[in-house]
Amino acid sequence: MAYDYEKHIRPGKLPHIWCPGCGHGIVMKGMIRAFDACGLEKNNTAIVSGIGCASRMNGYMDYNTLHTAHGRAAAFATGIKMAKPEMDVIVVGGDGDGTAIGGNHFIHACRRNIDMTYIILNNSIYGMTGGQFSPCTPTGAKASTTVYGNPDPTFDIAKLAIGAGATFVARGTAFHATQIDKLIAEGIKHKGMAIIEILDDCPTTYGRRNKFRSVVDMMKRLKEIAVPVAAAAKMTPEQLEGKVLTGVLHKEERPEYTEQYAQVINRAKGA
Amino acid sequence: MAKKVALLQGNSACAYGALYAGCNFFGGYPITPSTEVAEVLSVELPKVGGKFIQMEDEIAAMASVIGAALAGQKALTATSGPGVSLKQELIGYACIAEVPCVIINVMRGGPSTGMPTGPGQSDVQQAKWGTHGDHPVIALVPSSVQEIFSETVRAFNLAEKYRMPVQVLYDEIVGHMRERIEFPEPGELEVINRTEPTVSPEDYKPFDPSFGDVPPLAAFGTDYRFHVTGLNKAADGFPTTKANLVDDEQRRQIRKVDGNQPDIELNEEYLTEDAEVIIFAYGSTARSARYAVNELRKEGVKVGLFRPITLWPFPEKRVAELAKQAKAIVVPELNLGQMILEVERVAKGTCDIVGINRVDGEPINPGQIIAQVKEVK
Ligand SMILES: Cc1ncc(C[n+]2csc(CCOP(=O)(O)OP(=O)(O)O)c2C)c(N)n1
Ligand code: SF4
Repeated sequence: MAYDYEKHIRPGKLPHIWCPGCGHGIVMKGMIRAFDACGLEKNNTAIVSGIGCASRMNGYMDYNTLHTAHGRAAAFATGIKMAKPEMDVIVVGGDGDGTAIGGNHFIHACRRNIDMTYIILNNSIYGMTGGQFSPCTPTGAKASTTVYGNPDPTFDIAKLAIGAGATFVARGTAFHATQIDKLIAEGIKHKGMAIIEILDDCPTTYGRRNKFRSVVDMMKRLKEIAVPVAAAAKMTPEQLEGKVLTGVLHKEERPEYTEQYAQVINRAKGA
Repeated sequence: MAKKVALLQGNSACAYGALYAGCNFFGGYPITPSTEVAEVLSVELPKVGGKFIQMEDEIAAMASVIGAALAGQKALTATSGPGVSLKQELIGYACIAEVPCVIINVMRGGPSTGMPTGPGQSDVQQAKWGTHGDHPVIALVPSSVQEIFSETVRAFNLAEKYRMPVQVLYDEIVGHMRERIEFPEPGELEVINRTEPTVSPEDYKPFDPSFGDVPPLAAFGTDYRFHVTGLNKAADGFPTTKANLVDDEQRRQIRKVDGNQPDIELNEEYLTEDAEVIIFAYGSTARSARYAVNELRKEGVKVGLFRPITLWPFPEKRVAELAKQAKAIVVPELNLGQMILEVERVAKGTCDIVGINRVDGEPINPGQIIAQVKEVK
């Protein structure tokens, strides 16, 4: 039987704004399946986004949804989670939103290990504004502001998250659609900051400029570069050249922020 | 029963005023001369089960405040010039998304890092125009420690009543000054909470104009589920570019303040009845002005003080009346002439208007004001 996405979608809010071939819709479907698998209650869940094509996602979803300002989603979400720790808080946004203008909020949300699940859709470009380079655009690639090739080095979002203190870090791709919900669900179940990076495509502003003839080409690339962590363990550095690891990359237990603050309240009341 | 009294610093009075108003969330970032507000609340909020969080910067602090407010909290942030500049984009967000919250700005010298420990009043126009786009503004300017307490309570009330951010601005002098303060008993000052929806969750629209200019606000995590965006939106909260819907929404938001000015406006007048010279002064400057009025009256000079406590919306009507009555209005300010522009605008040339301005980190003293009044009379 076909999976029923409808019950998670707000009546009358589709069609979406995304271009044909954009990977953002694939990720949204994965999120929905993950929410279902985890039994998230609509009224008790807040989905917080920034600004960008990816960030428009929560407008379609029938939950408490907060479409904030560019880059600030994690900070808004922190306010919600602190106010109501019993709520499930999900953050969603693009690579530019999360690692450029929102980079400071991203790393500090990781450091606090506040119990949220942050799904970051990495299409290596600023899609919404027409394809300027982001901190995740590969060096040498073409963007509307790097027609001579991108001189900037690239962020590794997963490494950044691990370094900043996130206690669950995973990576998937829009090509490996059936893995997306599993990674997100594991992130939701994890107590603490879960970062789930999904490598995504933007045929309109990135593919076109970087010699991908079609969406299929972009998907093929995602398929080719992805190596599951278990498989990577058996590969040589030469074999891993140009590949990216997928699956759960990092998991640890560390005190969660709102629980820590509950202890602050206890100490203050006892004092 | 005797009232509880204390010798308190302005910033502490702000924190206790917030608690009196039912504040249960503070998100901030340290900056002189506002930091004591955060320090006191970091101690007091958890005692009553409230939440204090020191965020990574002022933008994040403002974001956390809006997030918490949408989850039903009465939320506060406190900062100073550089921090207010950083918060501006999200102050606009709170305006368009109609999120009740309070922003304290303990003003110092500027621009940029300016004079962190020196007083200033140079953010008073920024409070009105600092964020982009047309939006309603309420800004309060207390001038004593007791008034910081009561105006912080009023700021929460206005924020909740009109579903919008409210700014409280006081300069470093008032923020760091210690004065005797009487704590109001619980119930003595009015405490207002936002109107919550009574319609069924299916029928709830977060910006429904059929409930008047201030639609009821639900909280995340209740039976109501809704969408909030910083885009221009229709009554249901979802983005729209339909010209008539955008226009309706924008004008309704402005009407929240414009249509309720008598409720929001608060001024103090001292010996203005027969005054030929009016001193228009606010914050710490009004303290020197009051002293100057007393001295000048002893010499028989017919001078009075008009002190706005609500600075925005500007008390247009009353200032226009005083401008007709007086020969001159003197406007002392710790900036190079900001509110004087408003006084000039509403006076429409009906009297002389002169400023006294200082930006050297020193207060305006009564002597300066006395000399200026004598010159214009
Ligand atoms: C403060 C601010 N600066 C810049 C912008 C313009 N802007 C809107 S979306 C965007 C980039 C979005 O890229 P990304 O987050 O990677 O998401 P995508 O559109 O690719 O899904 C930018 C720069 C803005 N809205 N606000
Ligand atoms: S511009 Fe790119 S990211 Fe935006 S919707 Fe189109 S394909 Fe997707």
